[in-house]
Amino acid sequence: MTRKAKRLTSIAAILLVIGAAAGLVLTALSDSVAFFNSPTDIVASAPAPSQRIRLGGLVEEGSVVRGGSQKVTFRVTDTIESVPVTYTGLLPDLFREGQGVVTEGTLGPDNIFVADTVLAKHDENYMPKEVVDDLKARGLWEEGTGVVKSDTEPAQTPTATGASS
Amino acid sequence: MIVEIGLYALILALSLSLVQSLLPVIGARTGDARLMETGTVTATGGFVLLAISFSALTTAYVTSDFSVANVFENSHSLKPMLYKVTGVWGNHEGSMLLWVLILTTFGAAAAWFGGNLPPTLKARVLAVQALIGVAFFAFILVTSNPFERIAVPPMNGQDLNPLLQDPGLAFHPPFLYLGYVGLSMAFSFAVAALIEGRVDAAWARWVRPWTLAAWMFLTVGIALGSWWAYYELGWGGFWFWDPVENASFMPWLIAAALVHSAIVVEKRESLKSWTILLAIMAFGFSLIGTFIVRSGVITSVHAFANDPERGVFILAITAFFIGGSLVLYTLRAGALEARGVFGLVSRESALVLNNILLAVGCFVVFIGTVWPLVGELILGRKLSVGAPFFNLAFTPFMVVLGLVMPVGAMMPWKRGSIRRVVAKLRGAFVLALALGALAFAMQTGRSALGPVGVFLGAWLVSGAAVDMWQKTGRRGQRLSRLIRLPGADWGKALAHSGLGITMVAIAGMMAWEQEDIRVVQVGGSFDLAGYTLTLQDVRQVQGPNYRTTIADVLLEKDGREIGVLNPEKRVYPVQQMPTTEAALDIGVLRDIYVVIGDPQQNGGWAVRSYYKPLANWIWGGAILMALGGLISLTDRRYRVAAGARRQAATPTRGVPAE
Repeated sequence: MTRKAKRLTSIAAILLVIGAAAGLVLTALSDSVAFFNSPTDIVASAPAPSQRIRLGGLVEEGSVVRGGSQKVTFRVTDTIESVPVTYTGLLPDLFREGQGVVTEGTLGPDNIFVADTVLAKHDENYMPKEVVDDLKARGLWEEGTGVVKSDTEPAQTPTATGASS
Repeated sequence: MIVEIGLYALILALSLSLVQSLLPVIGARTGDARLMETGTVTATGGFVLLAISFSALTTAYVTSDFSVANVFENSHSLKPMLYKVTGVWGNHEGSMLLWVLILTTFGAAAAWFGGNLPPTLKARVLAVQALIGVAFFAFILVTSNPFERIAVPPMNGQDLNPLLQDPGLAFHPPFLYLGYVGLSMAFSFAVAALIEGRVDAAWARWVRPWTLAAWMFLTVGIALGSWWAYYELGWGGFWFWDPVENASFMPWLIAAALVHSAIVVEKRESLKSWTILLAIMAFGFSLIGTFIVRSGVITSVHAFANDPERGVFILAITAFFIGGSLVLYTLRAGALEARGVFGLVSRESALVLNNILLAVGCFVVFIGTVWPLVGELILGRKLSVGAPFFNLAFTPFMVVLGLVMPVGAMMPWKRGSIRRVVAKLRGAFVLALALGALAFAMQTGRSALGPVGVFLGAWLVSGAAVDMWQKTGRRGQRLSRLIRLPGADWGKALAHSGLGITMVAIAGMMAWEQEDIRVVQVGGSFDLAGYTLTLQDVRQVQGPNYRTTIADVLLEKDGREIGVLNPEKRVYPVQQMPTTEAALDIGVLRDIYVVIGDPQQNGGWAVRSYYKPLANWIWGGAILMALGGLISLTDRRYRVAAGARRQAATPTRGVPAE
């Protein structure tokens, strides 16, 4: 093989790998990206039944019902609308009423959100960023204090840290 | 007083680094040996100052000096001593101090053991290293001062996040930073080489051990973090493709590529400019990782407290170093003359393929990590990219990597023949195929993931064994020759086998794990994967700085008692935070993993249990990879060649006792 042919072959190989990567990335991105929705978004326009979404907000006070068989139902609210959620499994340690939560799953035909993942942070005062932004956008977020009561130093809430330093 | 000394030392270190980033380069340019030598003195000074500064903060933690804001926010007088010490780096400010301490340690190591380097190269390396120091010292002093005092000291502290009070996580950050920051050496050498316009085998012989050491630490650090997530977070996952995890994984991938491409520079004086680019990118990804972890632009479950000001500062640092070095690269890379030519089928080409696969894999991870940011800025929608994306887009590259690795590893330099190499590996291939088929036969109606993983792992391990055996010649005393093979050969075989073992373990665990969630009354029992678990008792116990609900779960198989597991649910009163402590029965081929949940309204407790096959081999493989790196570092050529005797020994310090 001539030098030129060699070079062409190696360039072709590199392009092939990068092309494969681009293809895979695009396919995977279109299939497995979950868009974030607030309860208001979902009530306004229900997503397709198979569409994976993230639902975030606050766990509505007094809405958590623990069934006998590990099935938990609760409502996620953004203080305007709320959406019922069912989840089967052990909830994260930091799951509480009145606290921020992000769930991932699909919306069932009966408009009950079936979550397969419930996220909480390692930190007590965690407020998911999407939820904060969403509440801010609706003017429901009080800078520095947050809408959720916090019983430890505010230095740990994401917004309060910015304010205190 | 001690605290003020710590702050003062940090400020002094900043000014010293400023000097160090200027004088040696001027010396190198004008040929002034005395100016160049100042780098050695200032690098030592910087290290000593940072050691003082770090000791000062540690002292404040150990003595529970709550007049220091950082200690108040992250410590408590009742906290066990181990976690008082590790609490120093369990927060943003303290961990940055550890970061720069490690940076100056590497800088000082280059100064002390770099006696055999060309003086101009050494001077420039030290200057670049100091410039990184300047940026991060300034960052700490401006945005994240760990020594800040509180006017009215409180009586007690707020305690460290209980999840961080754990031996696995206590030592995870130091290893991770040794890896991250260790890559700064490769970066400094790359930039210095670009300024010099010269890259040769001696340069590679210097850069490779540093990179290998950094990669090794990164491997251990990532493995520790993943192990911690596995047993501490209570759902038995070992990798979540979280942005913070990806932040450490991307430099690991690039460092792995760099370790391999540096071999080509060292042995064949080829791939020079590509290697330089990798060295820049490896540290570049470390900086990007630091930005991701500390700025909070990308939502993660375990980032540090977010602060926009810090984010902007780190972004500026990242942009400066990556941008600056890339500009230098475009200007100077042309001056790096490649010497060795190689055929399309050769060891060199195989290593190029390795580099492409690793770099593209890293690129895929990068896209997945920053996509939420792109989505928000461009599409105006909030979205998240989770495990399904990475499983689909990243895994294929690792599968291809595993497939070609044994063949590439045995390919001769310059020109080879695929057919000849494949002939030698026929036995290994048949063995791997047989094991994969066996796995397929033993499982019924499950995904192909398990068998494919078993095949790949067996292929890698047996391929590495064949490679070693081939090196022992044709006849007579092959075993004794095998033992005397150079460290580099053994290191390569171990690291490649380690990757194979990790691949089998990940595939096996994901394919064959069993999960069970149920409500169990005290005294009740249930079956899981052939084991019988009985909830014997649930008790309330007081720990040193927590209260705990602890369960006794009897584990039996075929009526034979294996042991009693004690899953706990702890509450740390200071932080008002509950944590789940899973109980594990660790076995060679499987773990039994039990978590106790909430008490139920109609009596009984929620109990979640898992059967996790091959779990420990995930980290066993990682340890083997790191061990391979360590053994490779002991290779004779690093001690004899370039007179780098002591330098080869340095990076091995602080390796964990496995």
